[in-house]
Amino acid sequence: MPFNGKSGKFNAAIRTVEIGTGDKAVKLGGENVLPFYTFDAPIENAPKVGVMITDLSLEEMENEAAGIKEYYAGATSFAELAKKAEAMPGADFVVLRLEGADPNGRDKSVEDCVAVAKEVGDAITAPLVIEGCKNVEKDAELFAKVAEALQGKNVLILSAREENYKGVAAAAGLAYGQKVGAESAVDINLAKQLNVLIGQLGVDQANVVMNVGSAAAGYGFEYVVSTMDRIKAAALSQNDAQLQMPIITPVAEEAWGVKEAMASEADMPEWGSQEERGIDMEVETAAAVLASGSNAVILKHPTSVATISTLIKELV
Amino acid sequence: MALKGLDIFKLTPKTNCKECGSPTCMAFSMKVAQGAVDITKCPHMSEDALATLSEATAPPMKTIKVGSGDAECTLGGETVLFRHEKTFVSRPRYAVSVSCCEADMDAKFEAAKLVDYDRIGERMHVEMLYLNYCGQCDAAGYAEFVKKAAETGRVLVLGCTDVDVAKAALDVCKDAKPILDGANAGNYEAMSKLATEAGVVLGVSGADINELYDTVAAIEKLGNKNLVINVGTASIKDAFANTVQIRRAALKNTDRTFGYPTIVNVGRLAAGNGALQAALASLFTVKYGSIIVMENMNYAQALPLYGLRQNVFTDPQKPMKVEPGIYPLNGGDENSVCLTTVDFALTYFVVSGELERSGVPCNLVISDAGGLSVLTAWAAGKLSSTSVSKYIIENVEPKVKSRKLIIPGKVAVLKGDIEAKLPGWEVIVAPNEAVQLVKFLKDMQANGEI
Repeated sequence: MPFNGKSGKFNAAIRTVEIGTGDKAVKLGGENVLPFYTFDAPIENAPKVGVMITDLSLEEMENEAAGIKEYYAGATSFAELAKKAEAMPGADFVVLRLEGADPNGRDKSVEDCVAVAKEVGDAITAPLVIEGCKNVEKDAELFAKVAEALQGKNVLILSAREENYKGVAAAAGLAYGQKVGAESAVDINLAKQLNVLIGQLGVDQANVVMNVGSAAAGYGFEYVVSTMDRIKAAALSQNDAQLQMPIITPVAEEAWGVKEAMASEADMPEWGSQEERGIDMEVETAAAVLASGSNAVILKHPTSVATISTLIKELV
Repeated sequence: MALKGLDIFKLTPKTNCKECGSPTCMAFSMKVAQGAVDITKCPHMSEDALATLSEATAPPMKTIKVGSGDAECTLGGETVLFRHEKTFVSRPRYAVSVSCCEADMDAKFEAAKLVDYDRIGERMHVEMLYLNYCGQCDAAGYAEFVKKAAETGRVLVLGCTDVDVAKAALDVCKDAKPILDGANAGNYEAMSKLATEAGVVLGVSGADINELYDTVAAIEKLGNKNLVINVGTASIKDAFANTVQIRRAALKNTDRTFGYPTIVNVGRLAAGNGALQAALASLFTVKYGSIIVMENMNYAQALPLYGLRQNVFTDPQKPMKVEPGIYPLNGGDENSVCLTTVDFALTYFVVSGELERSGVPCNLVISDAGGLSVLTAWAAGKLSSTSVSKYIIENVEPKVKSRKLIIPGKVAVLKGDIEAKLPGWEVIVAPNEAVQLVKFLKDMQANGEI
């Protein structure tokens, strides 16, 4: 008697959201099964991999891991940097993180940041995702101007949060026709609430992507797994339209910021290569968020991008 | 599992003899159905009835024990597919594979011992060795190799489909309760006999999921239910599909034929690609692997992997706690400023990470707060001016000369009380969020305050 595997296909599906334009536009979501459960039904759109650069990449390339420095060697402008990011094997889209805007950091002006975003946007044909500096007031100001400057490019603005969603979602989603990222802090109820609020502004839910928060592997990752598990369960088995947005997870900034990736070889000789530790932290965190339900991950090291895109190709 | 009282009642003698302690057979049956009493309390149940009932009330996934002494591991026994439904009970175990004719096997055995550290009270190391039989060495050669591997004290998994060779190997290591991963559709009868006689767990392989299912069913028919299932190495896609379908069949569709732990050989699925093996190990840790075999295990791969496992396999009802104590950071010494927070592991990791980023030498003082986060601990009375001051006086004052204490911004209200209870100390309130600590400390350092 052969094995009688019951299909775990659902009647509901994750919404499909397209970012970018032209041939290289990517579709996120669309599946009606749990992550990588291709044996239940084909996965509509394979998860996607984004490559992160920042507005500080040029000045601070010195501090990056050797593999990253080497890959971007010779790039002297943001346009060149972005072109290299776009060409990285395994990359589906480019992410520009405007971390220099942080008032507690470099406090770059909105005009400077918009200029960088424009330069990057004009240089590439791959879809573009814009991340802010995490300061809610500055981000609100920044995103409105960036969304305006990049009109027609169908970029994803990452992200609107509970504190600033009105300004960000209205500018990106209503005024300038971009895609809106809704960011919440690892909690299904907060995620849903923000989606509802953004919907009430009049933003079409087909233009919303969620960032439900993340952590590096080992740093409270159980909350990430359970939040994503529960969101996918609600979206698929209970057909909860307010949670059917695809999920994008920035992995690079979490993974490269923990002790395992930052401790120098002099401090921790038994741990071995620091670069390898960063890569494995990035790769393992990314694999775990994809297994839990992310439709896209944001990475930065070329080896991580190649590895995760191979993993996705093998599984879908 | 969902057996009704009436179904059980039909199998009782219906004599109301009261010997079980219940007034009637019906009352007894109801209690058994609720799980309040064990079916064996009734002395008059027939063997057949007992067999039927224990089958029906058996857990959906078997708990399999391997290894002996300190190395003993428990596999399987899961009852849910998602950790938020209840809890996962048996964490996956990591193995490193070695082949019998590898030239530098001693070096590999040593390398498998490299990763060994403690993280929040849990020992992190490679618990198992997967010992490949190459197919060419003779039985004595493989047995010699197995004997050498046994000296590492790790649980052994014998990857060997040759019955005679496996027998020779079991002769030298069966007391340590290894796993014999060698049964397939062609040899399962002999292998199962061998494993049963040696009293070890048998690993079952198959060309595809149907052959796996049939082979497991056939071995169960022989009376052997001490099994693990090898999900195969045909492709990453198949291995993942098998692993998920096996677990789902057992737990969701209560198909007990697949109610066994699994072995996933990611070393073979991604031979030579350490980063991809790391990604796969992470994938199978989240999704249903029980034994995960890698080619190597270095610290780069291990640190995130063991952390991930510890996160996912903690009981959601029990918070992870770090040991109370003084943790010097960035070369902090007795003259460095003290900061205090709670013993909730997540808080500790986030705060200590930010403190390390600041580069400012300091002492992080952790006192017992019941493993709760700052605000929860404060609300529950576990983090109070008394608890902080008492800990400082008893444990910190004898060791640290600095008299500056930084408290979490979220419990700024405690400042006055702590100052009153800690004469000679200057109490400083930190920002609300850990991420703001970097600038906060750097500014203090720049201003010469610390």
